[in-house]
This record gives sequence, structure tokens and C-alpha cells, in this order.
Amino acid sequence: MTLDAPTRDTDAHSDENAAVVKPNRLAIIDGDVHTAPSSLSELAPFLERRWLQHMQTYGSRKRHGSNYEPYPKAAPRAMRRDAWPDDGGLPGSSLELLRTQHLDHYGVEVGIMGPLGLSGQGEINLDLSAALATAINEWQRDVMATPEPRLKASIVVPFEDAAASVREIERLGADRRFAQVFMLTRSMDPLGARRYWPIYEAAQAYDLPVGFHVFGAGGHPYTGTGWPSYYIEEGAGHSTSCQTVVTSLVMEGVFERFPKLRTVMIEGGFGWLPALTWRLDKLFERMRDEVPHLQRRPSEMIREHIWLTTQPMEEPVARAHLNETMEWIGWDKLLFASDYPHWDFDDPFRAFPANVGDSRKRQILTTNGKAVYRLG
Amino acid sequence: MPLTGAVDCDVHPLTPVPADLVPYMDAYWRDTLEVRGLDFWETIAYPANAPLTIRADWRALKPRADASPDAMAATLLDRHGFAHAIVNCLFPLQSFRDANLGAAFARACNDWLADTWLSRDARLRGAVVLPVQSVEMSVEEIERRAADPRFVQVLLQVMGDQPLGKPQFWPIYAAAEKHGFAVAIHAGSSYHHPVTGSGWPTHYIEDYAAQAAGFHTQLGSLISEGVFVKYPKLKVVLSESGVSWLPSYLWRLSKFWRGIRNEVPWIDRDPLHYVRENVRLTLQPFDVPDDAATVARVMDQLGSDDLILFSTDFPHWQFDGDAMLPKGLSAAQTRKILIDNPRATYARLA
Amino acid sequence: MARHVIAPVADLPVGARKRVILEGRPVLVLNIKGELFALSDTCPHRGASLAEGILTGHVVATEPGTYVYSREGEILRCPWHAWEFDVRTGRSWCDPKHMRLMQHAVSVASGVSLLESGCVSASEAPIKERGCVSASEAPLQQEGPYQATTFPVRVENAYVVVDTPD
Ligand code: FES
Repeated sequence: MTLDAPTRDTDAHSDENAAVVKPNRLAIIDGDVHTAPSSLSELAPFLERRWLQHMQTYGSRKRHGSNYEPYPKAAPRAMRRDAWPDDGGLPGSSLELLRTQHLDHYGVEVGIMGPLGLSGQGEINLDLSAALATAINEWQRDVMATPEPRLKASIVVPFEDAAASVREIERLGADRRFAQVFMLTRSMDPLGARRYWPIYEAAQAYDLPVGFHVFGAGGHPYTGTGWPSYYIEEGAGHSTSCQTVVTSLVMEGVFERFPKLRTVMIEGGFGWLPALTWRLDKLFERMRDEVPHLQRRPSEMIREHIWLTTQPMEEPVARAHLNETMEWIGWDKLLFASDYPHWDFDDPFRAFPANVGDSRKRQILTTNGKAVYRLG
Repeated sequence: MPLTGAVDCDVHPLTPVPADLVPYMDAYWRDTLEVRGLDFWETIAYPANAPLTIRADWRALKPRADASPDAMAATLLDRHGFAHAIVNCLFPLQSFRDANLGAAFARACNDWLADTWLSRDARLRGAVVLPVQSVEMSVEEIERRAADPRFVQVLLQVMGDQPLGKPQFWPIYAAAEKHGFAVAIHAGSSYHHPVTGSGWPTHYIEDYAAQAAGFHTQLGSLISEGVFVKYPKLKVVLSESGVSWLPSYLWRLSKFWRGIRNEVPWIDRDPLHYVRENVRLTLQPFDVPDDAATVARVMDQLGSDDLILFSTDFPHWQFDGDAMLPKGLSAAQTRKILIDNPRATYARLA
Repeated sequence: MARHVIAPVADLPVGARKRVILEGRPVLVLNIKGELFALSDTCPHRGASLAEGILTGHVVATEPGTYVYSREGEILRCPWHAWEFDVRTGRSWCDPKHMRLMQHAVSVASGVSLLESGCVSASEAPIKERGCVSASEAPLQQEGPYQATTFPVRVENAYVVVDTPD
């Protein structure tokens, strides 16, 4: 539907999807909701005094050297301009606005929180990293998930320190308000490396999926050929950091070692996965003697262990291309995510091309999420 | 489908060792190699005995199939009736940190290629390797080779110090455009950075898989920085890149462009446009499953039959037997890939 | 064609904007440097309300690395995916043929003429009503958040009037 607005509105009325997709009947599972404390002081009640003072004195110091992010964003703090609460806080900090603008508005039954920013991940100082992760986890639980049970927390782990990460998973893993373990795609080593294995072991033990969200500060240029100039390059390039994660998890044998592990790639789109899978299968066929610890082809492991959130939904001119790409990946492997309140937000009712069809849309919006996240 | 008349846009000679290059160096550099013990210079790409590096049956030949123009011709050009093959030398001179050293090796490599390959078989064409450590010296090398019509492209690696779209590299594109050279960006790294944005992967398989991500980066950089706006006649050939990653990457780039094109206002049309006009990809390694239906869908996603240039990536093990063409291509597509597209891309391919 | 009285002129000073529902469809009325514009308030991309979009200028380049900036304040950017819309044409920058906002004629009329012609007044949706306005999820015609606010048309005032096609 690429018509002028008035025609489009008419279409929306008559769109048969609209009849099926009634907010309250379709219980949306949203795999990426960015809640955030507005400031350090909102996080202070959950932060040890020693680290609060440290943050006030020295601040956050991440492995890309920037005080915020290396690239200026498309909008202030990368937020939807209509998502700033009236109280002057950050988007994602006001439970009230989050309810009216998002959870109620779309009929979101479960929103999986993915805290960024003041979450400790990427901090050079690993003790600070752990302290901030603990604080953001308690903030999610007490300020968000407890008063609003539709919101599920993520166990943010200071993943460059596997021991501290395991402690955090063990501390919170039994609490059903937490639905996944949360990591970022950019890391000091590719994330299948053995120093991260204890994290996957703990996640598996608690039946928690591990989400890998794009971004992060691993201490390397964002690409294998240095830093690009522009935000548009960073944005388009997130899919490459996702490919690094998938390649590493597969080739290091993480899924052979932890056969019940479920992983979710978050906010990298999904169109890149078939080409990567084909490439890995071909290389595996050529050089399986380099990875004799693998019993199965990469495509089999990917099919079994990796899910992807759909946002930001690719928008090819020919919508059939998106459909066939989803089919290559598997309709049961895609999870809806909105990325609320960020500017590249996907609307659950309008992000999908019409030819996806209602039953598959329902799978992506609801059914698949129930199978992956630890809910209830 | 007969391969007669095909232009193979990516073949590799057995990589020379410094001793092969010494005859093409001046006295200072000859002595330097000896004084400093520079009798080998290798990177971790293409390990000599890895299966990917040379196909087993070609390795077994005596001499091995990539050892000389004759050996290669027997395996490829004579056997299949190719009209031309473009020879890309992969000596890893880009990994030197010293630009002067890089330039000495680049000059020597190009002389060596002209002398020991291009002069031996009139069907062969060559790529000018560039000491990318210095843009100035790279331009000098392009100028030096411009008079030799056997060189049809210049050769860069997909991973270096900086993304290749940055304006500091533009004199290379200006010189290439001026002399009608295509710019080949080939799999490979200077290894001045880890091959991924998350550090060094453990296995060679992962390194090779990461090359494709390098191509995403370079394509995004060339487009976003406006290289094709500045040099509209430039042809960039992504070599040994794979092809199936391209459509979904362009969907992403195009989507972001719609929202944040004001960051790069010189990009005044969908990024896809620049790919159609200026970018080509070599065929092997063809990273699509071996079934006609899927190949047809990927070709449809690519959206144009002009993009792919035939290549064998000889002697790398990308296909078995003679199955160098994917299943499911139409006769018209095949003809374009084998002959028309390469000839339209390489202005110097007389 | 129907004419809708949106507001007294004094309520839409320079720099102000107002979101109204006309015949079930949201319309955004803007006063940019004294000039009035009325555009559909449904982004043709994914349906966001543009009411909280920022107004910027128009940038083009003569070559890479140059920025020619003009028409400050006349480009409305969607608050979601930041597409640019020209307030004078309603056209999007990235896909001007297929993606554009419907424009409405907007004018100022005296209270006298309005009372004579029996114009209807608009129901008003405050800008702070959040979220997607696509009809399938939030049927604007029926549902609660968009309370009609009516105001009397007085002889002595002037009013902003927006036309909708039949
Ligand atoms: S909804 Fe307006 S740009 Fe996407």
C-alpha cells in the first residue's frame, strides 16, 4: 500500500488484517522494549554507594571512548520524538506513558525489556560493569516489572566478566519476572569464545534464552576495516555484528556444548541470515577438519538454536522478497519486536507486508515469543 | 552451456615469495630483503595447506595448476575455451606497516605479473596491486601501469586501515577512472584490525566468513561517502565476495537512507541505484544452495542480470569438477555473466 | 467539499500547530512564519502522527561534502522514521511520487462570513494524544481519547478554516 494518505486510510479500514488484528485479542509479545532510568539518581537506590560515588566522580567509561555513543543519532538519544514523557524524563522511563502509548495502545501482552545505556555493558572497569548491571536489573524488577507485570526484565550481564555474569544469573535466575539473559553483539572477543561459555551454561540451567542486542563496546573499531564515517553506515552495518555472533556461536560449538540453549538476535533485522547460513554450510563442507568438534552442519544448528527479532523490518521494494526470506529462515524463528521508544520503531500492525498473511503474522507476533522467552 | 569465450574475472597465480620478486627490485630493496631476512612474508589468509587455498585435484597436478600460465591454461582456458582470465596476485603487501616497503613490493609484484604471466599468454589480463598504505604511492603505481593495456583493474583488499569510501582514498578512484581501470576490491585483510568488530575469531572458517561482512562495510562506505557521485563512471568489482548477502544489505541501507539521508545529502537517490550503475560482483564463491529454485529467487532479489561477472576464483576450492556455473540460470543470464557483463565492466579489456 | 472551522486565528499564532479530526481523519494545521498549512496527519510510511515531528530545512549537496541548506522550517520530519515531508506539497523527499501527505486548503475567514454560510466547527485532538492513528487500531471516529471541543464562532473574530474534499 503505497498510496496517498486518504486512499491509504480507506485501505486501512477495509484491510482484512485489521479485523483479525484486534489489540486485545492478539496478545503481542514484544521482544525489545527499551525502558531506562532517566538519570543516575533514579538508579542510585540500586547502586552500591561506592559505585554511585565512582559514577559521580569519573562517570561511565566505555570501550569506545565516547561518553555516549560513537555516532550522533537520527533523533535526540535515538528516540521517537513523540515518546518523551511530559515530566522531562527519558523515553522509556515513564511507566504511565509506556502503558498508554505502547502496551495498552497495541495490546502488548508481554514486553521484554532491553536496557541500554546505564547498564554497565561495555564498561572498561569490570567491577563497575558488574555493579551497574546489578543495579539496572533491580531497577527493571522493582520499578517496572513488579508494578507492571506485562513487562518482563532481562538479566543484564557484565559479559566480559563471565564469573560475575554467572553470579548475576544465579542471583536472579529463579525469579520469573526475568525472561532472558541480555548481551550485546559487540564484544572483546567473538561471543562464541570459550570465556563466555559459563554464561551460556548458566542461562541453559535456568531455561533462560540469551538475547544478543546490537550495539556494544568491545574495544575494536566497529568493522574489520576500521571506523566508518556515518551513522547510516553504522545502522546498516549492525547486521554484520550479528553475523559475527552467529558465526562464532556455531563454529565454537556452543550449541553442541549447550544443546538446550536458545538464543535471540535482537534489532539486527533478519534478512542477512540465509546468506550467512549458506556461506557457513559451504565453508563447513570444505574445512570441517578445522572444526572437528562440530557434529552437524551450521544450518542445522542455526535452525534449531537461533531466533531473530524482526525489527528494523527490512523493506524491499518487492514485498515478495521479504516473504521468501522469512520462509528461508523459518516462520517459527521470527519474533516481533518494536524497539519502542527508539526512532526506528516497528508498529506491530503496520510493519509487516500484507502478503505475510494473518496466521504467520500471528505466529511472529505471539506464538513464537511464547516458545522462546521464559514466560510465566 | 558452453563456456567458450568466457571472461574469468578472478584467477590467482601461485602467490610469489620474496625470492620471486627480488629480480624486480632495485639494489637497495634487494639488499634490504637479505639484510633483514625478509625471505618470507605471509598472513593468516589462505593457509598454504588448507583445502580452500587450492582444490585438491589441482594441487595434485605436477606442476600444480596455479604454478605457471601453462599449467593454469591447461586446467582452465584451454580446457574450457575462455577468452580471457584476469589474474589477481594475492601477495599480502598490504599488511606491511611501512608504505615504502609496500610500494617496493607493489612495483615488484606488478612487474613480476607482467613478466611471468601476462607476457606468457595473450589471453591473460592483470590487476595492478596497490600499496594502499600510501594513497600517493598507489596513484603513482596506477600511472606507471596505465600505458600497459594488459592491466585492466587495480586491486584493493576488502579490509584495511579505513573504509575505502573515505575521501582520503579518492585520488585512487580519480586515477582509475581516468585510465579506465576497474577497481577490484578483493577478499583479504591487511590484518591491521581484527577481521570482525568483535575481535579475532578462533577459526579460519570464521575469518573467511567474515570477509563477506567486510564487503558490506566497503559497499556502505563507497556509497555513503559519495564515491559514485564524484566518479560516476567508476566500476567497482567486488571480488571473491559472494553475492547472496547483497540484497538484504541493500534493503537495510535503503531503509536507513530514507530516514537519515540528510546526513549524506549527496546521496540523492536510493543506494540501490549506485549498485546498478557502478558495482559488480564476481561469481565464485557462489553462496547459494545448489538448487535451481533458490538460485532463481536470489537472482530475482539481486534485481538485475548485469551485476555478476563470471569467475572461477581458481585455484581456490569453490566448486567441484567443472560445475562453476550455478544451476538454474537461463541461457540469457549465463551469456551475460560469462561474456557481456565482464566486457561492459572492463573498459580496458580490448 | 466541506469547510471546517479549526480555531480562532489568535489560537494558532506563528510557530503553533494544531491537530484536528476532520470527518474521521486527523489533520495537522501549522502556522509557519505566518503562513498556514494543513496536511494529513497520518504518515504514509507506517502511520505515525506527524504532530510532534520537527520542522527543519531542506538540505541538498552540489557534491560530496557540501551542504546547501534552504527553506528552513518548511520540511516536516516524521517523529518515527524521520522521513521528510515538504509542507508546501505534502510530498516525501525519499519517494515523492508514491509517498505523500494529502494537503488541505486552509484559509482565514471572518466570523461574519462563517455565520452566514453555516460552517461546521472541528473536533480537536490535542497534540499530546499519542500513538498511531491508523484507523484499524484506534478508530478515531468512535473512540474516546479524541473528545470534541467545540467553540462558538463570533462575528468579531477571524477563524482558520480547513477544507476537506467530498
Ligand atoms: S511512520 Fe513516518 S517515517 Fe515511518
